[in-house]
Formats: sequence, structure tokens, C-alpha cells
Amino acid sequence: MFRNQYDTDVTTWSPTGRLFQVEYAMEAVKQGSAAIGLRSRSHVVLACVNKAQSELSSHQKKIFKVDDHIGVAIAGLTADGRVLSRYMRSESINHFFTYESPLPVGRLVVHLADKAQVCTQRSWKRPYGVGLLVGGLDESGAHLYYNCPSGNYFEYQAFAIGSRSQAAKTYLERRFESFGESSREDLIKDAILAVRETLQGETLKSSLCTVSILGVDEPFHFLDQEEIQKVIDTFEKVAEEEDEAEGEAEAAPAAAQAEQAGDQDVAPMEI
Amino acid sequence: MTFTIPIENGNGVKDAEADSQRTLYPYVTGTSVVAIKYKDGILMASDMGGSYGSTLRYKNIERVKAIGKHSLLGASGEISDFQEILRYLDELILNDNMWADGNSLGPKEVHNYLTRVMYNRRNKFNPLWNTLVLGGVKNGEKYLGMVSMIGVSFEDNHVATGFGNHLARPILRDEWHEDLSFEDGVKLLEKCMRVLLYRDRSAINKLQISKMTEEGLTVYEPYSLKTFWEFSAFTNPTVGAEGSW
Repeated sequence: MFRNQYDTDVTTWSPTGRLFQVEYAMEAVKQGSAAIGLRSRSHVVLACVNKAQSELSSHQKKIFKVDDHIGVAIAGLTADGRVLSRYMRSESINHFFTYESPLPVGRLVVHLADKAQVCTQRSWKRPYGVGLLVGGLDESGAHLYYNCPSGNYFEYQAFAIGSRSQAAKTYLERRFESFGESSREDLIKDAILAVRETLQGETLKSSLCTVSILGVDEPFHFLDQEEIQKVIDTFEKVAEEEDEAEGEAEAAPAAAQAEQAGDQDVAPMEI
Repeated sequence: MTFTIPIENGNGVKDAEADSQRTLYPYVTGTSVVAIKYKDGILMASDMGGSYGSTLRYKNIERVKAIGKHSLLGASGEISDFQEILRYLDELILNDNMWADGNSLGPKEVHNYLTRVMYNRRNKFNPLWNTLVLGGVKNGEKYLGMVSMIGVSFEDNHVATGFGNHLARPILRDEWHEDLSFEDGVKLLEKCMRVLLYRDRSAINKLQISKMTEEGLTVYEPYSLKTFWEFSAFTNPTVGAEGSW
């Protein structure tokens, strides 16, 4: 995309019927690190890559619990993501207070989408620069939705957003037809494998990813490092042993160079 | 720092105009509603009377109404407030239906919504002068609850309002059991309604029974109970009461 005379504010249409500011906001989502979601009939798994500003800092939180039955993974401007997560928590808890019943996730995403749409139609606002993968339950089972800055939302069997998400999407496209009937364990394994695709060569370690799950009889929670490592071990054991033998000395400087080159274009506020 | 609340006339210093906006007493009232869970769902009974003080003025008031696909609402107390509540619920159900997303508000949700409404009105010193009975069936699960005008709310296997609490519930506590058949349920309700007819002066002999099951709602035609007034105690009611006539 290139700069043009119709992209200064969100309330200006281009002659071809586009709102460039909204599209630029969607670009911001692509810059964030990957977030992946997949669902079966009864469970939803949300996973993401742990990116940290530097080796000294801790990684950004990208998956949030909204309620026992709803979780959200974000990519893009994490500050915007936090604010929207707070809104979702608020809506969920208010619904529960009035009706003593969990807010159906399908209704929450519509509220969220309507909130995002407002920002595309006010001259004094800007669109939210964050994409949200919302996983949750309602009367008909488990659902996964993607909310984008444009105010649109879509339901998915599996989806990935953020940088290098195309690799994960390719992996998911090959496998998604079986997800509906997947067991809980298989779903988690597929999520972690999808995360591995976005790392493109980097060794997959449990410290590099965060995985969360929710299901019909399982409230939202994060999997701890050991659990994730166990799943990784089931498919990485052989490869890891080979790598260790070849020598860590070679791998280290190469990895450092790759990181510098990759992060130059990522703004500090986007993780 | 301490605050003193002026309590001249019970609700702070308010002028007469503001007072006329709050409900102070009920005018046209309905008497007891009795409801029980039975094998297939909920049975609810009430008479069709609306009293204007001590006058039995209206004799064709339906005090049990369907709410959405899954719930029954019965009310005693001020009839106009009941009609207001029906308007609130109509809007609630309408908005719920407009979602058209496969999710729907069940009896539990409606009951809690009503609890919030009643309690909030009570906090503003402007209550809806009703005791409500909310029953229904959704996804095989039976639900029966009650909300009072001050927002007290609970669930139980059998509930009643007003005089029904004193006259009907003792009978239900003794004779209700799980998985009553429809016939036994109706017989039990009739037993309660008969006692209420004898002993509650605002009751009339025209009752309506409604049934809610997974399949839906059935409202039966109004009918009257057979009564017996030839008990020897009634022929000479004051014998043994010294000083009475």
C-alpha cells in the first residue's frame, strides 16, 4: 500500500470505495506476532508466540481470560487489545450479574464488532489497531471468531493472525476438516504445531509459546510450561537430539543475526 | 466524617410532587399463585380475580402468562404493575429473538432479570407491587422460582405467593414429591386452591391452570372447584366461643 490523498482520516472515502485508515489499521494486526486459534465441537485452543522486546524483558501478554467460558488472543497494538479485553470482561460479567447465565460468545463478538465500527465512522477517533481471536462457548457448543479493526467478524474452524501467520494458516488448512471431532489432546498438539510453523526454523521450546484452552466442561485456563513441553517432546525429541549434537555454537550467532534483521520493522508498541 | 440522613418523612426531605411518583399502596390486586414442578415440567394455578380493596371487582383477569418459549410468569399484587412487567419482558424477549442466533433466554435468565428489576425498584423506594412466580423448562431442566416486591428471590420445587405461602405450602411440603404425574399434580394444586378458596376472602371460584413442558405451554380453560359448605362447624360457627354471636 502506498500513501495517497484519501488516507489522512478515517472519514474520507477513496474514489474506489475504500477507507484507507481502516486498511492501515488492519496492517497493524499483520505486524504483531502470531496468534493462533482452533476449535473442535467442544473445545477451543488459543496459542501465541511469546515475543519479548529484548532478552532483558519479559514477554507481552497476548492471551486474556474474559470469563470461564471465553478467552481472547490478540495481535497488533497490545494496548488497544488490553482495553478491548477489559470491555469484553465487563460485558461478560454484567450479563452474568443480570441473568446468572454466561454471555453467549456469539453475542459478545457482535458487541465488540459494533464497538470497532464506531471508530471507523467518527472523525475524532481512530480504528483499534488490534485483531482479536475470540474463543468461547454458547448453547450450541464451542466457537472461534476473528474480530478485525474494520468492525467485521468471522467465524472460523481454525485461524491464525499476525506476522508469519500464513505458514500457520497453510498448516491449518491441511488439517482443519478433522478438528471438529478432534480430541482435546490432538487439538492442543495441532495448535502447538501451528505455532511451530510461524517460527520458521527456530527450535520450538515451551518458553516460546503460550497455550490456553477452554471447553464444555473445562473453564478457560493456561497450560503450564511442563504440559506444553511434554507435547513438544512427543514430536521434537528426535530433531532436538540431532541439533544438540551438531553444536550450539553455530546456531547462536545465526539466531542473533536473524532476530536483528526481523525486528527492525516492528514498532516497539506492537508485539 | 459522619453524615446524617434527614429522616423527617421516611425518605429524606422530598416534596409532595416527588411523592406522587412513587408506589405507596396497591389498588387492583390479585391474590395467591401456586406452582409446582412435576414430572414433565411446571404446573401453575391462580384464580382469575382482581380485587379493588375489599370489592371483588374484576373476575376475568389472567394472572399467569407465557414468557418466550420456555417460561411462565404468575403474579399476585398490583395488576397494573404486573402489566408493566409484562411490557418489560416483552421487550426483553423481543430483543433476544432478534439475535436469531440459536441462543435464547431460559427461565433462569428471566428469573434473574426480574430479580434485578424488582430489587432496583425497591432501592428507589418505588417498588413494583408484585410477588412473581417464574417457572419453565429448558433443555429438559425444570426451573421454578419466586421474586418478591422487595427483591427477595429464590428457587424451590414448589412456590406460592401471598396467602398461598401460609395455606398452600404446608400442604405441598407434606404431599409434593418428585415426578408427580400430570393428574396428581393437578389434584394437588386443586387441593391447595380449594383451601385458599375457603379461607382467603380475596379468592374467587374461577381458577386457571397452566402447564409448561419442553414441548411448550398449555393454558387450560377456567373452571370452578366443587365446594362443600355443610360442615357442622359452619352451621353453628360460634358455638364454644363465649361472647361471640
